[in-house]
Amino acid sequence: MSILHTVNKSPFERNALESCLKFATDGAAVLLFEDGIYAALKGTRVESHVSEALGRLKVYALGPDLQARGFAETRLIEGVCVVDYAGFVDLAAEHDQVQAWL
Amino acid sequence: MSDTIEVDGKQFAVDEEGYLANLNDWVPGVANVMAAQDNLELTDEHWDIINFLREYYEEYQIAPAVRVLTKAVGKKLGKDKGNSKYLYSLFPYGPAKQACRFAGLPKPTGCV
Amino acid sequence: MSEVVKKFMYLNRKAPYGTIYAWEALEVVLIGAAFDQDVSVMFLDDGVYQLTKGQDTKAIGVKNFSATYRTLGDYEVKKIYVDRASLEARGLSPDDLVEIAWEDFETEEEIENIVEVIDSARVSELMNESDAIFSF
Repeated sequence: MSILHTVNKSPFERNALESCLKFATDGAAVLLFEDGIYAALKGTRVESHVSEALGRLKVYALGPDLQARGFAETRLIEGVCVVDYAGFVDLAAEHDQVQAWL
Repeated sequence: MSDTIEVDGKQFAVDEEGYLANLNDWVPGVANVMAAQDNLELTDEHWDIINFLREYYEEYQIAPAVRVLTKAVGKKLGKDKGNSKYLYSLFPYGPAKQACRFAGLPKPTGCV
Repeated sequence: MSEVVKKFMYLNRKAPYGTIYAWEALEVVLIGAAFDQDVSVMFLDDGVYQLTKGQDTKAIGVKNFSATYRTLGDYEVKKIYVDRASLEARGLSPDDLVEIAWEDFETEEEIENIVEVIDSARVSELMNESDAIFSF
């Protein structure tokens, strides 16, 4: 049973990411989009949580949302993969279900 | 005000205040038709301001309020044009409101 | 128009695009600028993300209003503050932020960048000095 978790809220404003990382089990995927992409950036207060999670989870960030907010891929934590909208759809199709952390 | 205006045989949607519904629909003929409805004939001086407004919107994503327009026109087109007397002589219904409408822009931000 | 000049602070604490707050706040600031009051705009917490350079919203299909912040100087909004601690918590530096210029068209006096990065103690002080704080 493999789940794609999605987080679209800023990690500095809501605890959606924190809960997601707590409950996502090994091998699951986490897609950060909209204001959720701020968690994928280097040098933030939450970077260590994401880095640790990368050891057991796949973490993706939605490219169009990074661009919209002015961040190049070079600003991402190492190991975070960028996907476009088609990639988002593929991820949703590849997993048994999608869990949205609103 | 009707909900569309006709320009060169084509219909263009406008809102209840006569502003073009879709910025990207704009063609110069829109300005001419709107001006004719206001009993104005557009001169090069009018077009300087209309084109200036379109450039301003393209760069900053807003239609400027009248005093901001006045300052910005003064900087770009010269102090003799950057005053409200001159701009009102061209656009008697208000330089920002009327000129923005001709330019296909939304109603100016900060127009009180 | 009132003769008493009040100190108004617009407090921005939300990231752009994810919610409508940032754009709504900016519109209110620009509209309110017509009233000739003593206006300051404060960017705090996720609000600092509103000012990041290089925003390009083509792919998400929403209006890119990051360029609109650069008109604040034209609207005579000259006091723009960013909380340093909020930047640091997000791995950002002042170089990541857009610059907003101001120019006096009469005297041609010019300030290249009116965005000021300040410490939290100064943020509190400015809040205390305000007559009214509009929170977004």
